[in-house]
Amino acid sequence: MSEAATTSVDIRPGGLWLAFAQNKLAWVGLVLLALIILLAICAPWLAPYDPLEQNIVARLEPPSAEFWLGTDSYGRDVLSRLIYGARISLFVGFVAILIAMLVGTTIGVISGYVGGVFDQFVMGVLDVLLAFPTLLLGLMIAAMLGASLENLIIAIAVTEIAPFARVARAPTITLRQRDFVEASRSYGCGPFRIMTRHILPNMLSDVVVMSSLWLASAIRTEASLSFIGLGVPPPTATWGSMIREGFENILDAWWLAVFPSLAILATVLALNLLGDALRDASDPKSRPR
Amino acid sequence: MTSYVLRRVLLAIPTLLVMLTAIFVLVRLVPGDPASVILGDQASAAALTALRQKLGLDQPVYAQYLAFIGKVLTGDLGQSLSTGHSVIREVLLVLPSTIELTIAAVAIGLVFGLPLGVAAALSRNGWIDYVSRIVSLVGLSFPAFVSGILMLIVFAIQLGWFPVLGNASGSGDLASRLHSLALPALNLGIIMTAYVMRVTRAAMLGVLTEDYIRTARAKGVSPGRLVTTHALRNSLIPIITVVGLYFGTLIGNSVLTEIIFNRPGLGKLIIGALNARDYTLLQGLMIIFAICVIVVNTLTDLAYGLVDPRVKYT
Repeated sequence: MSEAATTSVDIRPGGLWLAFAQNKLAWVGLVLLALIILLAICAPWLAPYDPLEQNIVARLEPPSAEFWLGTDSYGRDVLSRLIYGARISLFVGFVAILIAMLVGTTIGVISGYVGGVFDQFVMGVLDVLLAFPTLLLGLMIAAMLGASLENLIIAIAVTEIAPFARVARAPTITLRQRDFVEASRSYGCGPFRIMTRHILPNMLSDVVVMSSLWLASAIRTEASLSFIGLGVPPPTATWGSMIREGFENILDAWWLAVFPSLAILATVLALNLLGDALRDASDPKSRPR
Repeated sequence: MTSYVLRRVLLAIPTLLVMLTAIFVLVRLVPGDPASVILGDQASAAALTALRQKLGLDQPVYAQYLAFIGKVLTGDLGQSLSTGHSVIREVLLVLPSTIELTIAAVAIGLVFGLPLGVAAALSRNGWIDYVSRIVSLVGLSFPAFVSGILMLIVFAIQLGWFPVLGNASGSGDLASRLHSLALPALNLGIIMTAYVMRVTRAAMLGVLTEDYIRTARAKGVSPGRLVTTHALRNSLIPIITVVGLYFGTLIGNSVLTEIIFNRPGLGKLIIGALNARDYTLLQGLMIIFAICVIVVNTLTDLAYGLVDPRVKYT
């Protein structure tokens, strides 16, 4: 039991299975997410029109048999833009979280392993970062660097570093004192080897479980920044910028804002359902929910 | 007690310094020369030099840093580049409406979130619990601008119950103010409710299995009293912590909400500053947000003692 208490998560197939066996909502999340990812990957085959093709004759058409979700003020097909927009949202979210995971975990493990004043200082700085409004931090960074795909990813990654570092640090502190780490140290392992070979594999599952929840938050931040106008520049279709355009035409064309809104909601909800189930399964205390 | 409060307040100072340093570094991340970014490509060399001098950009970095910290500590956040007014003045003009919105949202969140969370915990795995968990998860998945736009379309445009453009002047009698406050406050309040409900449920579930609850029940304490004085009171610490931590998200969400409902406030000020490339105003706003966050965090810590006598003020 003490094993389970300190290293909590088990993401071997059996452990992962538990999340889905107990929680029907996890299936909803998984299927929804799989559909959205499939949509993004197969965009060129699924989209009925070119997402950038303008058609002045068919401006602001309401949903119809020809244009299922209507057209925007340039006569572009909303459904096609929505499908292509999934690529940007998912890509930005995944890459930003990957960067945040790499940087955050590294900081957390080193800080937890070294301990002492260094640890206190690093955690103090991260607490400050954590307390600052995510959206405003992302907004400032994106505004300072300028609107582009790379800068958007950097801005979102920075906002998610602190949570990863916190989650990586906590188990590192307990693992540092475990016998097997002590043993490897007595064999003459250096700190780098201990951290990468002994500590990292034992806490990676905690980090992975949380990342699906933070992916949801990253996608939300991406949409918000694109909505404000700090995302990928036009004419590229992103959900956030589609809502922005829809907001400008909100009195004449409700469909412009509504469909991308639902797309964002579905994606974030899917990730939250999945993340919640994984976290519940990884936490023995909340298991019988 | 006094020494605890004093120590907690003193602890906020290094935090503030770290934040200020981060903002200083961030603002210097602007690619290229800030002066030419502000004035545009067409600016003359003389104008550039003048602005650099005005902003202190001709000084070495450490001197700029010390001057920056010194000015902030004396309450000088500089002048807005677009309007020429002091940043403090710009902020004070719109601050009341942001505070109004935030307080309304927190009130809605607590009034609905606490009872719903308690009800969900008491009927654990029952249908109330199930429904409220799904609803709160959906509420938490909404980016604030998405829910705002959907509410605007349904309640203001389609049904016509509320004004579409909001109360841009901030004037009018109380009824019209409340009328234009309703939708934005509900938008933030619903997300807040989802959040408070979730935390309350989790905290209550933890407390309800404690021995003292069983003892109280065995002694014949009435169910109502059991929930309010025994269980809820002991759940308040995690709830306060989370509500305090949520403050940052609330500010971010209120920025988006103000844009959508066209309300004056810090959110519209930020967007205006962004569009006008008004970097001093942006920097000043960041500093003000940082101070707000620190103040709320400190107050959150101090509030622990009010609900839990076990927190020692030593």
